[in-house]
Amino acid sequence: MKAVPQYFGAYEARAFDVMRLREDFPILRQKVHGKPLVYLDNGATSQKPQAVIDAVNQFYAAENSNIHRGVHYLSERATAAYEVAREKVRRFINAEADNEIIFVRGTTEAINLVAQCYGRTFLKPADEVIVSAMEHHSNIVPWQMLCEQTGAKLRVIPINHDGELVIEEFSRLLNERTKFVSITHVSNALGTIVPVKEIVAAAHERGIPVLVDGAQAVPHLRVDVRDLGCDFYAFSGHKMFGPTGVGVLYGRRELLDAMPPYQGGGDMISLVTFEKTHYNVLPYKFEAGTPHIAGGIGLGAAIDYLLGLDWAALAAHEHRLLRYATDALGSIDGLRIIGTAKEKAGVLSFVLNNVHAHDVGTILDQEGVAVRAGHHCAMPVMQRFGVPATTRASFAFYNTTGEIDVLAQAIHQVRKVFG
Amino acid sequence: MADLDDLYQEVILDHNKSPRNFRVLSNANRKAEGYNPLCGDHVTVYLHLNNGVIEDITFQGSGCAISKASASLMTAELKGKTEQAAEDLFEGVHKMLTGDPAADSEKVGKLKILAGVCKFPARVKCASLAWHTVNAALKGESEPATTE
Repeated sequence: MKAVPQYFGAYEARAFDVMRLREDFPILRQKVHGKPLVYLDNGATSQKPQAVIDAVNQFYAAENSNIHRGVHYLSERATAAYEVAREKVRRFINAEADNEIIFVRGTTEAINLVAQCYGRTFLKPADEVIVSAMEHHSNIVPWQMLCEQTGAKLRVIPINHDGELVIEEFSRLLNERTKFVSITHVSNALGTIVPVKEIVAAAHERGIPVLVDGAQAVPHLRVDVRDLGCDFYAFSGHKMFGPTGVGVLYGRRELLDAMPPYQGGGDMISLVTFEKTHYNVLPYKFEAGTPHIAGGIGLGAAIDYLLGLDWAALAAHEHRLLRYATDALGSIDGLRIIGTAKEKAGVLSFVLNNVHAHDVGTILDQEGVAVRAGHHCAMPVMQRFGVPATTRASFAFYNTTGEIDVLAQAIHQVRKVFG
Repeated sequence: MADLDDLYQEVILDHNKSPRNFRVLSNANRKAEGYNPLCGDHVTVYLHLNNGVIEDITFQGSGCAISKASASLMTAELKGKTEQAAEDLFEGVHKMLTGDPAADSEKVGKLKILAGVCKFPARVKCASLAWHTVNAALKGESEPATTE
């Protein structure tokens, strides 16, 4: 094994043994309504390994202090731990420099930051922003708000019946007025993996910057922002086995430098007088106020944990899970899978004839199975498929085919109740 | 699974399958829309009010079995009632659904079939959507009602 610097934590590649990995997640041991918990709501939030829980605990128990402020021992220690976490994030997504990693509250805040700081600075009336028809509301509404503020227009790349992007339509939408493209990497409602590298290449031919919403991608795919070539990449800690309330905006330095700050306050300044304030350098220019320090450190621990896994085996396991679930559920009478793209990750959305998703969700819950029921914050996707809501099972690497059997069995229970 | 049987009783499943008064009311003089922003359920309630009496009431919309059955049962119960009686019933049902200790399920007539909902906190809003909507219609509010 190659030696790794001390601060990355000591990890070694382990064989992919799902039953052993499950032991790292204390919450998975519990029972719900007297049945073993089958947690299939990972798209909403993932569970946390003990290592992450311990890192957060350890911070509050032994290191808690504010960062970038004190000269005292604890503050220096907290600052160092937080900046080490930033370096872990940089490495995790292969960004060029630490100062391209902005800590935010989550994907939503990251996208709002770009819409406001980049969008309001550079977009003019009649300019166009392109999103896709499978975006989460958090990659639609910030751009609609920007359009209201600037007079720009929102254009939407359609999706086909399998829930795949109609890429030819994207090429058609690109024109001299297009000033920004913001696109999901993996759809939260459908599981579709979007060919973002191709999108970025086409947009860059015209000099158009691209933001990629990676919230649903980072738990399933190894992401390399330089390989993708994107200008911004946004994701949340809590969907990749880290704490809630912390997320990341990666931005290319050149663009971040050209953008004004997001919020004003402490840490984002270098000099304040009542006549003029000088802003701090990257990344602090975008990090006003005391951040979620424990969250950042917990996210670092989640990255350590993930980088300690065998990703080829993880991907194969997740692929097998999705195929197994697609076969198991696809053979249930009156069940229609929503989202049948060739390239998918981690998500199985479905509707049952004459049974609303909420009723499915409640009955599944009684069987210990946690799923999401509703519009998944993607109402345009529901409209596209002509359904009010879907039930979504979303997987993580710690799920098993046995759990999918429980899910299928529970769906039969739904059928029984509704006749 | 006693709890689940409390929720999905025969009557509720029946009203879900064949909702009563499930149509647009052509001579409606009050109408309100209700949304549950959490799940996207929506309902439109139509009223024909005459001298403070609900002469006719219908609904349209889409939602889960609980929301549909609750709306269906509600229209059946409110037809012929005065505005005041409807408001009293709204209060009584609201208390019952939210598990208020002051709730008296004997005061809500057939609607006590919905009493099991209070054991499923995530579903209370499903059951109360139509009620918030009829309340808005009675008060003549122009903004859509929500369960929030």
